[in-house]
Amino acid sequence: MTGSQFPREELFAPGHRGCAGCGAAIVARLALKAAGKNTIVANATGCLEVMTTPYPETAWRVPWVHVAFENAAAVASGIEGAVAALKRKKGKYGEEKVNVIAFGGDGGTADIGFQALSGAMERGHDMVYIMYDNEAYMNTGVQRSGSTPFMASTTTSPAGSHIRGENRPKKDMPMIMAAHGIPYVATASISYPEDFMKKVKKACEVNGPAFIQVLQPCTTGWGYPAENTIEMGRLAVETGVWPLFEIENGEFKLNYRPLKRKPIEEYLKVQKRYRHLKPEDISVIQKTIDMKCDEYGL
Amino acid sequence: MSEVKVITGTSAAAEAAKLADVDVIAAYPITPQTTCVEKLADFVANGELDAEYIKVESEHSAMSASIAASATGARTFTATSSQGLALMHEVLFAAAGMRVPVVMMNANRALSAPINIWNDQQDSLSQRDTGWIQLYAEDNQEVLDLVIQAFKIAEDEKVLLPVMVNLDGFILTHTVEPVTLPKRETVLDFIGTYEPKHAYLDPKKPMTQGALGDPNYYMETRYAIETAMRNAEKVIADVHDAFAEKFNRAYGNGLIESYNLEKAENVIIAMGSICGTIKDMIDLKKKEGVEIGLLKIRCYRPLPVEMIKDALKNAKNVAILDKSISLGMNKGAIYADVASHLKDKKTVNYIVGLGGRDITSEDILGIYADVETSEDGKTNWVGLKEE
Repeated sequence: MTGSQFPREELFAPGHRGCAGCGAAIVARLALKAAGKNTIVANATGCLEVMTTPYPETAWRVPWVHVAFENAAAVASGIEGAVAALKRKKGKYGEEKVNVIAFGGDGGTADIGFQALSGAMERGHDMVYIMYDNEAYMNTGVQRSGSTPFMASTTTSPAGSHIRGENRPKKDMPMIMAAHGIPYVATASISYPEDFMKKVKKACEVNGPAFIQVLQPCTTGWGYPAENTIEMGRLAVETGVWPLFEIENGEFKLNYRPLKRKPIEEYLKVQKRYRHLKPEDISVIQKTIDMKCDEYGL
Repeated sequence: MSEVKVITGTSAAAEAAKLADVDVIAAYPITPQTTCVEKLADFVANGELDAEYIKVESEHSAMSASIAASATGARTFTATSSQGLALMHEVLFAAAGMRVPVVMMNANRALSAPINIWNDQQDSLSQRDTGWIQLYAEDNQEVLDLVIQAFKIAEDEKVLLPVMVNLDGFILTHTVEPVTLPKRETVLDFIGTYEPKHAYLDPKKPMTQGALGDPNYYMETRYAIETAMRNAEKVIADVHDAFAEKFNRAYGNGLIESYNLEKAENVIIAMGSICGTIKDMIDLKKKEGVEIGLLKIRCYRPLPVEMIKDALKNAKNVAILDKSISLGMNKGAIYADVASHLKDKKTVNYIVGLGGRDITSEDILGIYADVETSEDGKTNWVGLKEE
């Protein structure tokens, strides 16, 4: 799929209440373009839910439901079950496959929604779970989550005179999901729309659970000018901090290899959350990225 | 024709869900509810029931998946008890707020700590403000009949609220009784099919459910539930009457049941299986020429206050039995709700049977004797061991 082939139809309407430069809105817009009309969305509590559905407005042109914070995967399970039953018993929904897509932020996925997600993946529901990862609880004002990267400063992992921001590495969700033995796991970035949309399409076509973690820069939480969202996502991939890969039926495949990895400093120095880092901190981070990239063959 | 089976209360609930031809079941095991979801799993495994059975990893997910299935447009059933119900607490509000007519069986069991698997009603009474209709069964036949009625009540367009059918753990869940099972066609003819106009998820007609309700809208959604609760009083009575006509079994007026209240001055208000023991004592004393009475609450939410007041117009001394306690207030839930409406009578609260403590016929007779002489507004813990 190339830019000229992107579907014109907008299933995620403009006019929502996201911040200027919001990456989550780009996630929803691209995912729905790829999935198409025959889709039902379950949304965890979070930025995406709050900014798109202040009653009586909605940005969703597909059926959409939100119940709570920690249960998007369980909600999607219920939808998938109901669709199957109503198809079989009442002949509803016609012949075409109905995509069930759950959207959860990193907190709603890696932390509070982790149990429900694990259960849904293990049960083998035919659903796509999209984790839109902005690496902290942005909806409540930038608190750390299990997906916050090492040394990032947030309001609950602040950089101070004694502690250098978040003291734990980012939780490795794609590998945890792959360990569930599900048919499709992928990472993606809003800055590589063709790659992301191809993955959403593939995830929808797969029979069984699919998990996509899409890195989604956040202007307010990361601290960079709103117009740089796409650039920020690109830097994350170019520096190797966010490799793009997929694991299809257990087969690992790297989707993008930068000609020459950029130094991590280029990514860190343009974000407020890393402003406190000293050269020695940056070289610690660089080392961990080098090790990870070696592992991935990047 | 209908058939009679000797079954437990949990089996009766499962049979009723089967008769209602539910589309989706999302359930998690917990004592003493488990035999209900086991039975349903058997029905599905043997092709006796065509339903999607979602084997969730927790009660929180059981309720979340149930809400979603119902929001998609499927007739949905689940079951739980005690800790499981407490774990659902958050999403019980969502079920009512989203107006999904989920039906749930709850096996009444004490809450931890100390951990205790035996019966009291603290679990469901602690959920009284969640917006669920709450019905309580006295015996296993009533469990089956209530679950059937629950679907018709929940799905009524004037109601559209989730319904919880409660039965006392072990006392009903693990005791077998003869239960008359009607034919599926008769039951389905009675309930009708579920074709929601207010909550469905269909790509052909996109709908947003569970939106953000800011201060401009939130209060009205709560008031709408309260209005639906008031509507439910009549619907519950009408569904009960229609059921009585079709299936030939009646339970008072559907919301409350009066037992020998015409002549009795000393009366008990109670809920659940204990009403059977109380009725036996009333019959026994009647033979001795003593008139005592019972007001059985069958529907706790919506609470039929006017009906209760009217039924007790001849009573003088009212003993209110509670298998729950609001700690720090020293009153049970039913007393707290009902006593303020009975200002012209003496009301005494009896805390009974917490964590499965046995309630004997002697205890019941003792309460009838005590309420006559006890001080108004007092709380007595029955059968409490004192050091």
